[in-house]
Amino acid sequence: MAVEPVASPSSPGTWCGQCGEAADSGAHIRCALRAELEPPRWCVHCRRRMTVQVTPGAWTATCVRHGSVEQATWS
Amino acid sequence: MTAQATGTDILDVAREQVLEHGVPLRQEQVLSVLRTDDDRLPDLLALAHEVRMRYQGPAVEVEGIVSLKTGGCPEDCHFCSQSGQFTSPVRSVWLNIPELVRAAQQTAATGASEFCIVAAVRGPDDRLMRQMREGVAAIRAAVDINVAASLGMLTHDQVDALVSMGVHRYNHNLEAGRSYFPQVVTTHTFEERWETCVMVKDSGMELCCGGLVGMGESLEQRAELAAQLGELEPHEVPLNFLNPRPGTPFGHLEPMETADALRAIAAFRLALPRTILRYAGGRELTLGDLGTRDGLLGGINAVIVGNYLTTLGRDPRADLALLDELEMPIKALNETF
Ligand code: SF4
Ligand SMILES: [Zn+2]
Ligand SMILES: [Zn+2]
Repeated sequence: MAVEPVASPSSPGTWCGQCGEAADSGAHIRCALRAELEPPRWCVHCRRRMTVQVTPGAWTATCVRHGSVEQATWS
Repeated sequence: MTAQATGTDILDVAREQVLEHGVPLRQEQVLSVLRTDDDRLPDLLALAHEVRMRYQGPAVEVEGIVSLKTGGCPEDCHFCSQSGQFTSPVRSVWLNIPELVRAAQQTAATGASEFCIVAAVRGPDDRLMRQMREGVAAIRAAVDINVAASLGMLTHDQVDALVSMGVHRYNHNLEAGRSYFPQVVTTHTFEERWETCVMVKDSGMELCCGGLVGMGESLEQRAELAAQLGELEPHEVPLNFLNPRPGTPFGHLEPMETADALRAIAAFRLALPRTILRYAGGRELTLGDLGTRDGLLGGINAVIVGNYLTTLGRDPRADLALLDELEMPIKALNETF
């Protein structure tokens, strides 16, 4: 399965997608809260800043190395 | 009784002047409203709601927005994560035309009558104008929705070009009152913004012009913004509550208190009785679900559904269910307020 630039249960990554800091460096409680109102900005595998396109019903995040993922925000 | 009532209690004055006679509150009166105590807030919101119902009716205008060009803006608006001058993590990206049309279709599926295309630029260049021409034509061929645009400062030729494309409304915010503006933006002036707003109005496009509250401005300066918007008489005023963005100069500010935000909503409604007053950015953070409801019963008569330009909104179903519960019908496509 291809790696996605955002965290998933099978591939949590090394970096926090919200703040770009190491995922195991302290708590990311604010980041978890923020994730409800923000798409991720950092690739969780390589810490590159992703390009993120937000549309009314989805967001698409792209890391040049780890590819693209689209997530619908309403069904 | 004259239209300019001479009571001492600002709510009594506003009831007589705005509700009965349709005369907007002046700047110093708006300031008095912004200074009312928390225990007057329910009465204030109820009055603003009465004014909205009398001059605008129960319908709510629903809009979706999308960013055609995100990030990398040369301007330095201190609240904005899309400025290229700050260390914000937002990177530059363009939306392609098929995706733009898809976004318009998603928006229309909610029952929305408005779709606004936004670009993070000082003003449009030739490439952006070409994208707009192609994009607006593609949307109009595929989706039944009014197309609006927000592309920064315009020249006369660009205003004419947008009119010829069929763009029916143009957004250009004042952002802040004149006296606070230099603390918010240094790369262009309040007057430059004002000029674009006047050109848009003169063109026959509807002017959408609002600003942000909660950027560290004084209550006097907040009242000043309301009064200066009143002077422009826009068709629509989008009211944003600062959502402090990491990496921006205003990133360290705390979100506004809910009661202050609600007072601002009511005060803006009393300064702009005949204008569409829209919830724009920051309402999820500042007002939450309960405050959102209070604002819709306190002067707001338009919402943005779905996501914003770089941040996420609520699921539109939650907003639509709330409007249904409040017995506020969604404004139909060709209905005018
Ligand atoms: S002009 Fe618009 S996109 Fe650019 S920094 Fe200001 S608010 Fe942001
Ligand atoms: Zn984090
Ligand atoms: Zn990566």
